[in-house]
Amino acid sequence: MKSNRWTDCGNWVLDRFPLTKLWNDHMAHYYAPKNFNFWYFFGSLALLVLVNQFLTGILLTMNYKPDAKLAFDSVEYIMRDVNWGWLVRYMHSTGASAFFIVIYLHMFRGIMYGSFKQPRELIWIFGMLLFVALMAEAFMGYLLPWGQMSYWGAQVIISLFSAIPVIGDELSLWVRGDYVVSDATLNRFFAFHVISVPLVLVLLVLLHIIALHEVGSNNPDGINIKEFKDPWGHPVDGVPFHPYYTVKDLVGVAVFLFFFATVIFYMPEMGGYFLEHANFIPADPLKTPEHIAPVWYFTPFYAILRAVPDKFAGVIAMGGAIVVLFLLPWLDRSEVRSIRYRGGIYKKALLLFVISFVSLGYLGTQPATPTATTFARIFTAIYFGFFLLMPIYSRWEKFKKVPSRLTPVTSLEDRIPALIETFEEITVKTPVTKEDGTTVVRRKPNFNGMANVVVRLAKKLKESLD
Amino acid sequence: MNNEGVDKSKRQFLTSALTVVGAVGTGYLAVPFLAQMQPSTKAMAAGAPVQVDISKMETGQLIRVAWRGKPVWIVNRTEEVLTTLSTLNDKLRDPLSNESIQPPYSKNPNRSIKPDIFIAVGLCTHLGCSPTFRPEIAPVDLGNDWKGGFFCPCHGSWFDLAGRVYRGVPAPTNLEIPPHRYVNDSLIIIGEDTVEKTA
Repeated sequence: MKSNRWTDCGNWVLDRFPLTKLWNDHMAHYYAPKNFNFWYFFGSLALLVLVNQFLTGILLTMNYKPDAKLAFDSVEYIMRDVNWGWLVRYMHSTGASAFFIVIYLHMFRGIMYGSFKQPRELIWIFGMLLFVALMAEAFMGYLLPWGQMSYWGAQVIISLFSAIPVIGDELSLWVRGDYVVSDATLNRFFAFHVISVPLVLVLLVLLHIIALHEVGSNNPDGINIKEFKDPWGHPVDGVPFHPYYTVKDLVGVAVFLFFFATVIFYMPEMGGYFLEHANFIPADPLKTPEHIAPVWYFTPFYAILRAVPDKFAGVIAMGGAIVVLFLLPWLDRSEVRSIRYRGGIYKKALLLFVISFVSLGYLGTQPATPTATTFARIFTAIYFGFFLLMPIYSRWEKFKKVPSRLTPVTSLEDRIPALIETFEEITVKTPVTKEDGTTVVRRKPNFNGMANVVVRLAKKLKESLD
Repeated sequence: MNNEGVDKSKRQFLTSALTVVGAVGTGYLAVPFLAQMQPSTKAMAAGAPVQVDISKMETGQLIRVAWRGKPVWIVNRTEEVLTTLSTLNDKLRDPLSNESIQPPYSKNPNRSIKPDIFIAVGLCTHLGCSPTFRPEIAPVDLGNDWKGGFFCPCHGSWFDLAGRVYRGVPAPTNLEIPPHRYVNDSLIIIGEDTVEKTA
């Protein structure tokens, strides 16, 4: 390369800092399996949302006042009087919900393709620690607007600690720094929310990625791509992360931002799910709102807490619902990673688990009627059954034969003929006589064809579940 | 430097000794750091007693006052309520208040000094929500078993009008009764039960 001042400057840095090595190890020479699908967008999207939360969070701290007398008004001040304050605040509040959507999908990907299994147990553990830190971050952030939901939500969650025998009351007193949730609590939650937990999150993200890049990424086939290497020592079924996956992830980012912006501009409260209605009333320590529910991303665990009619056991069940996720790599005894080659029993168990998780999430937003509680108990049993019975049912599984190389990916282009065929099947060409006497051919829906397609799809679904 | 004949046990001893000293030092430093998060002297001093005038209360009415930042209820109970209270024992988890927190003068079936005036900390013993006052009998949403009482909207705990918890709900004990005393028939002090000597 021709030497000039700029390259000299660059070389001066490179001689003193391993920038090239870092870039190559983690981007340009990091070989990832070439068959990543839709589910592999959510890792990079989580990183994007984290950056969004950092930037908007820093801007919010410039106008927010962590003081029980001023907090609620300072948030309204941000919304009404600060230039673009509404946008920054909605980006932050929507970002919190988006973070959990992305993380839940990311975790589901891991469960589906066995990304938690040997040798990636530690990646899963770091990921679960990230999830716990994220829940702490979201919970403490939710207190800051000092609305009714902020206040009573914090009151309930901090009281969870008091269920611990012997030290419980002292511990919840220590966390609150007062006998009730008060100014002291708000001020310390602000400190945790903007300093401690974000630092922990960044550290855990680094550990998560370093651990991932040490053992290599899993893939939808759950196959180790390092078995087959080209003469240069690179996996034949792998492609360098940069530029292949950086470019692919950019497409994911564009689609994500489309949805993200739609929520921010058109439905920032998301009908009371992202920002709850009762939180637009300032905190009143003397009166609990008629119906309190946590923000949607906590509701599955909240429903489990409510399902148990005993204070201590309820808290244990709720904590256990998270702890059991940590143990997943050791509960699953299957030799096969990906759901593509696992037995029907696991597929059905996973399906039941997803149904119960979503249902618990819904029930957690609803008032605790006796019927709702009964359903919550059933789904809680399924939730724990999925994990605790796994050592048994994952041994019975009859696996399909796992190929040694990645299965070829059908491109969208290759699917076009089949799609056209299906379209022909569900429609019928009918000649229609117009008012002026000319005849045109119109496509009308063909209900018999539609029924055939549905039956075929159902059969396929049934087959894939066996 | 000559590494031969190194006495490794001495090195080991020094390393261990240093580790112990370091750990003790860290432990000492942890005390002020952790204790810093305890309630401050100001927060502890804020528990001053509150004086309430009940002369204008109507029968069946509930009023809320703040004591130590917590809601405290004062309910003027009707005769019918007091009659109902005595019939509920077999539906309650702790009818005699043996497991619950109250001053000794409130440990009776009505959980009060005067039978009609009920005073309690209005926070559910489950997870600290403030239950709603539902004195009506058998409302549509709570069903026929409801004999009037306090219903916690957060997790569905039931309490009767003496703050006693029903069986089969998440709350473990009866509502807490704060220390209180009557100055005269219409004046209550919440937060102290003996006349403090003024210096």
